[in-house]
Amino acid sequence: MSRSDEPPIIAATGLTRRFGERLAVDDLDLVVRPREIFGCLGPNGSGKTTLMRILMGLLAPSEGHATVLGCELPREAERLRPSVGYMTQRFSLYEDLTVRENLGFASQVFGLSRAETRERVTETLEEFALDGYAGARAGDLSGGWQQRVALAAATIHRPRLLVLDEPTAGLDPQSRREFWEKLFALAHAGATIFVSTHYMDEAVRCHRLCLLRDGRVAAIGTPAELCAPLDGRVVNLRVPEPERAIADLASEPLVASTTQLGDTLHVLLGPDAPPAVEAASRIDRFLRDRGHHEVRAGESEPNLEDAFVALVVAERRAAEEATP
Amino acid sequence: MSGAGVVPAIGPAARARLALRRVGAMTHKELRQLVRDRPSLGFIVGIPSLQLVLFGYAINMDVRQIPTAVLDRADSAWSRKLLSELEATQTFDLVHRVRSEAEAIRLLESSEIGAAVIVPPDLDRRLLRGRGAEISILADASNPTVASAVILAGQGFGRDWTSRMQPHLVGAVPGAPSLHLAPDDRHSFSPESDLVRAEPIRVAVLPFYNPERRTAVFIVPGLVGVILTMTMMLMTALAVVRERERGTFEYLIATPVSRSEVMVGKILPYLVVGHVQVALVLGLGWAIFDVPIHGSLIDLGFGALPFLAAMLSMGLVISSLARSQFQATQMSFFFFLPSMLLSGFMFPFDAMPRPAQWIGEALPLTHFLRIARGVLLKGAPIRSLESEVLAIVAFMAVALAIAVTTFRKRLE
Repeated sequence: MSRSDEPPIIAATGLTRRFGERLAVDDLDLVVRPREIFGCLGPNGSGKTTLMRILMGLLAPSEGHATVLGCELPREAERLRPSVGYMTQRFSLYEDLTVRENLGFASQVFGLSRAETRERVTETLEEFALDGYAGARAGDLSGGWQQRVALAAATIHRPRLLVLDEPTAGLDPQSRREFWEKLFALAHAGATIFVSTHYMDEAVRCHRLCLLRDGRVAAIGTPAELCAPLDGRVVNLRVPEPERAIADLASEPLVASTTQLGDTLHVLLGPDAPPAVEAASRIDRFLRDRGHHEVRAGESEPNLEDAFVALVVAERRAAEEATP
Repeated sequence: MSGAGVVPAIGPAARARLALRRVGAMTHKELRQLVRDRPSLGFIVGIPSLQLVLFGYAINMDVRQIPTAVLDRADSAWSRKLLSELEATQTFDLVHRVRSEAEAIRLLESSEIGAAVIVPPDLDRRLLRGRGAEISILADASNPTVASAVILAGQGFGRDWTSRMQPHLVGAVPGAPSLHLAPDDRHSFSPESDLVRAEPIRVAVLPFYNPERRTAVFIVPGLVGVILTMTMMLMTALAVVRERERGTFEYLIATPVSRSEVMVGKILPYLVVGHVQVALVLGLGWAIFDVPIHGSLIDLGFGALPFLAAMLSMGLVISSLARSQFQATQMSFFFFLPSMLLSGFMFPFDAMPRPAQWIGEALPLTHFLRIARGVLLKGAPIRSLESEVLAIVAFMAVALAIAVTTFRKRLE
């Protein structure tokens, strides 16, 4: 049975949450399927945390419906609790308790018996390679280890759904990679994971993801689906004077945005630009006319960041057209 | 030699200027933060005002209207006259009539009265024969201030009454015409006058429970309650708000733990802490100040347990209202002040004006003080203090209900 045939784990329609005048979540529709790692990508203030809090039943939506694991929120939030694990953005375990004590508390508060708790804590310590830190106070651990403990605590009762709010923010690449290996193992074991992140390299690893902007879903799909519309719209350039080239390219109508990657310029073309091969030669000529030498331009693969930038550019353009 | 990468040296004048600028920046920042914290700003005005009003009302060493029982064994015109004049002094408020000394002592024990006046059966006869009748006043000396007031008022009344009435009484016999001397004429008699004989009445004040009227004996049992009020309330007042401040609150409310489970779980450990504190204060009081423990400690426990729970519940109420530990501390103080001043811990309860007494009756400490003093100093059984225990339990139930309903498993 494929994921799309089973009832969804999360289903939201018309979800809206206001804080005073401000719309944190705005008429949002969302479906998360069983056993997928679903990413939620968006800038700060785009509504990721608010959305997660609504899905955890910690905030009531102002309008719309959200059903999580068959529980209507926020009405049936308490029925939902035993089946979900939650990691808040800020480290939220007890810093003055040891790792083992924190896990024990998490286990018992989710209703496991003393004997089950002993067993699960031992298993979890091993599973997360935390044996060496079992007796350390949670507050004394480094960021990477704290997040690992938090994930261990969030999964100790074997939840069917994990909601993780920027779990890898501020971690080094090695810790992040290890963290994601854990997520894949959990998904493989049958858990569904709803995770928010800032990191493009993590977003690419999700089965599906949504791009959130101003509380709305700007795009939703697999990473490949999100990048597909940008095929043939990305050009890479090498020029001896990249800073001056960026300034010059700002006045070239074909170019939507330019990103500097060391000595290379990653250029996203506007929606009305010709295919990348042709655009590359036009940009080449454009730069040579402005005194740039040894320009090398060629087509490149679009990435998620391009997809994100393209959305922002398109929105800006739509706004400009609306107000001439 | 100073290169581009070297920090330039600065002179003392410049250094002072910089220091001033930094102090200014700190001051400015502190002020801004203070102004943003609205509740704390309120307390800056609220606490001194409350303190002023409470102290003004509560500090009244001039004890009046002591609830008093009367055992009138004479039950005659003279005894009624005597008692009504005693009441007119305003020191005594004759609220109870009792039939036996035992009943009077029971009322003293449960602190329903602060004094009991006993009029002897042969009052009239002794008065008229000038043989000197003895009025006894039993005073609750567990409160030395009240006891002193009773002694002062009682003896003063005796002397005054004697000198006013003597001219009417001496030589008079039942049925015989009196000497027809107006009371104001008493000045015409010098003390050496042969009309002045033995004092017709003497007032004997018998201080009960704390005959030496030592302050420590009175203070220590009360101190148990005061210490528990502050520590217990603060413990739980910080408990929920600490979770909020440290960010563990959001994690906690996302678990299946229910509101009442959180509340009970936060109260239980401190009940143990509270009993340890009771034992500590009583033990030290006994060892250092020789404070007696007349009653049963188990009886005291029946009062202490609900009292601890009430204070812990009050702390939880504060905790669900406060947004920071700082605010919680201030709110606790706001509750602690009236508790200390209006409960009868420092100043005699009966001496306070009526409205202050009403507030006092609503505070659990008031009732716990009666229990602690009753059991420890008077050896009263807890059954005689039932109403005090009930008052505390009622307070606890209300506070706990408020705490549970104001604690939301939401982040609004």
